[in-house]
Amino acid sequence: MNSLLSQFATNVRQNRGFYGALLMLIVLFVVYNFMHPRGFSTPVLVQNANEAVVLGFIAMAQTIPVLIGGLDLSVGAVMTLTACIASELVNGSPAHMIFGMVVTIMSGAAFGFANGIIIVYGRLQPIIATLATGAIAIGLALFIRPKPGGDVDGDLNWAVTNSLFDFAETYHIFDDGKAAWFQPIAWIPVPLIILFGMAAIVWVPFRRSLTGRTVYAIGSAEGAAYMSGLPINRAKIAAFTLAGFFAGCGGLYLAIQTSSGSADIVQAGSYTLNSIAAVVIGGTSLLGGIGGAVGSLIGALILRVISFYFRILSIDPLLQTLVQGLVLLIAVSLGAIRTLRVKNRLELFR
Amino acid sequence: MAQDMTQDMTQDQAFLELTGISKNFSLTRALDEVDFSCKRGSVHAILGENGAGKSTLIKIMSGVLQADSGTMSVEGKPVHFLTPSEAAASGIVCIFQELSLIPDLSVAENISLSNPPRRFGLIDKKHQNVIANELLARIKCEDVDPNSLVRDLSLSRRQMVEIAKSLGKKPKVLILDEATSALTSRDVETVYGLLDELKNDNVTSLFISHRMHEVERLCDTLSVFRNGRHVETFGKGERTDRDIVRLMIGRDVDAHFPPKPERKAKKPHLIVNDLRWENVINGVHLEVGKGEIIGLGGLDGQGQKELLLAMFGVLRGLEGTITIDGKLANPSSPAEAKSKKMRIALVPEDRKTEGLMLPMSIADNLIASSFNQVTTGFLIDTAKEKAVVAEGLAKLQIKIGSVDDPVATLSGGNQQKVVIAKWLMTDPEIILLNDPTRGIDVGTKQEIYKLMNELAAEGKAILFYSTDYAELIGCCNRVAVMYDGAIVAELEGDAITEEALVAASLNIDTNKGEAA
Repeated sequence: MNSLLSQFATNVRQNRGFYGALLMLIVLFVVYNFMHPRGFSTPVLVQNANEAVVLGFIAMAQTIPVLIGGLDLSVGAVMTLTACIASELVNGSPAHMIFGMVVTIMSGAAFGFANGIIIVYGRLQPIIATLATGAIAIGLALFIRPKPGGDVDGDLNWAVTNSLFDFAETYHIFDDGKAAWFQPIAWIPVPLIILFGMAAIVWVPFRRSLTGRTVYAIGSAEGAAYMSGLPINRAKIAAFTLAGFFAGCGGLYLAIQTSSGSADIVQAGSYTLNSIAAVVIGGTSLLGGIGGAVGSLIGALILRVISFYFRILSIDPLLQTLVQGLVLLIAVSLGAIRTLRVKNRLELFR
Repeated sequence: MAQDMTQDMTQDQAFLELTGISKNFSLTRALDEVDFSCKRGSVHAILGENGAGKSTLIKIMSGVLQADSGTMSVEGKPVHFLTPSEAAASGIVCIFQELSLIPDLSVAENISLSNPPRRFGLIDKKHQNVIANELLARIKCEDVDPNSLVRDLSLSRRQMVEIAKSLGKKPKVLILDEATSALTSRDVETVYGLLDELKNDNVTSLFISHRMHEVERLCDTLSVFRNGRHVETFGKGERTDRDIVRLMIGRDVDAHFPPKPERKAKKPHLIVNDLRWENVINGVHLEVGKGEIIGLGGLDGQGQKELLLAMFGVLRGLEGTITIDGKLANPSSPAEAKSKKMRIALVPEDRKTEGLMLPMSIADNLIASSFNQVTTGFLIDTAKEKAVVAEGLAKLQIKIGSVDDPVATLSGGNQQKVVIAKWLMTDPEIILLNDPTRGIDVGTKQEIYKLMNELAAEGKAILFYSTDYAELIGCCNRVAVMYDGAIVAELEGDAITEEALVAASLNIDTNKGEAA
């Protein structure tokens, strides 16, 4: 028991950024609910969750390239592209819808794979390669959907943007959601389940694979990773492929949520920038090697909760960007404290 | 049973054999037709001074570098390693001097880094911790928590984790490149015990160390390298220390040195007293007078570079004093070190990263440390700048097309001249030189020696670190030899001989060897 406790203490010490962000999220969210007239209710939670899902996916997408010490400027654009694809394909019979969803996510992953191949074999810097491919993604999105619109299944929209109860009711399962055993969990918003479910079935196993470990090793000390015989190229390609995969998930959800697709350049850019902010707030180092996708998920939720405050406090929404900027600045400053311990000043520049 | 038989049969044959291995790095020949072999269960020392080719040799053995020509075989079968993991698969594992650990991963993750235990395709953390605990127990490091991150460990603990990691690869040949340099004395004993254990298990250890007493205690066979050539291999006790030193030196001195300046000053201008930093500098005392060239010698990595950085204000948390002209100095930054108060200049180790801004122009680089001379208010006076730059170029006879060309377009020798000229333009009193002739052509070397003499004649105090003994002998009034972060010997005048320098670098007493 004691050793478990000390193991947990070690874990907290090693992941200060993550636990700090988690604590911040809990405090912010609980206070928000106290201040909200209908706080701690399912409708509020459902609404909040819906606003956070897409950024959550994009933040997870951004995390993995950041862990190898890179940056993926195409995540927002890939989200836009896949949302446009989904707006064409996710409708009709259930089989056709499932096919459309798989194609949407896989095209995101394929785009990320292409990014990885270009970066590894073209020996390009991730930031510039993805700046270019991001523009290509937007171009493709405009080609698919020159004007906003589309036709996404209405039932699906209702089912995945509400609570589990509504989901069961829509598809007539669990006695239309009235089964007794179902009640304790019926209040949980579906979007949260999708978000954390994806993190659990994709990110968690990835982190425990050799490729996942290599991602961390590259960001931490690429030379040592090479000397240890780790599969560096494979890990880099996997990092960008996964980024594309998560961006595809975000795009799919965005299309279902809005029942449409739109090649919105401004929206793509703002999601990309916010994803970087979420990654940093969630405790991932921009130098690579430290952090994780779950932390970025927390970071994304923090960014969204801050925006909820603006609504209930009726603060001018124009101030929102300013406050988010301040939060980001504080998060980054806390991360820079470790440089005070560096004894050889030359190492500060390496 | 059958396996035991074959093992007995191969006992006396070479396990790892290299034939005619050569390796060139652009202009220099690092290894020249080297033949080398080692037997199973042997503890084999590789000796040689800086640049003898030891590091290149083990890098080729362990797959980090590939030889230009020659062949390598393991148990009689030819091998060709393209990566370190291929070498490890053949049982050749190296503990490198520059650590190969990932700082942001845990000890257990590092130990089974490239081949972790897996369950259902995913890394099994529990089993991974079991492996780590077993290996750490084997090297008596039970105090290291396998869950702690490598970046939180001290240097000596990291080195032990590195050893545990290499043991986990089940080596048949274990290469220890200065593996004991960062260890505490208790850990050194553990490593000694481990080498005995490995010997009993028929594992070969290749041991590279600058500590003669270690070599004498542990090794049964010694090989001496010099100038990229394998000089001789002999059994323990077949040669005296003095003989070994003689085998290590004796290269041809191909450079000619200008006559040394007379030592004029009696009163030291720069005094370093009991300087200490992070277990790397361990109580250095040094005096440099005006008009003197003081050499800094010793094998690589004995704290010489850090000493120069400390005197230039780069290191934080320094203990001890640096006095200039009777006044306490202890610079807190390079900006303060170069100021009118102290007038120190440092020609740094790596001209490409610390000395120059490669894409910027020659003129911009030359003026980089002395902008204060050419500014009026906030603006740079371009006419003044031109004049100052022209003066700097003339002084060092740097051959260039245009001062506006990027400094990257110059040859290595001319680049180094730009670095030196840049610092001379600040009009320093104290000049610290960190291996300024490394990797440059013979002609430019001569010019740098001549320049050092001229500067000394002008009354500058010069501290000159060099990895080339011939330079120290040819240029310096006095040479301070460093070992393990402290100055172990100061040689003056005719006492500066290659033999004395090598002996002092290894911290051994050659007279004792002669007597024995």
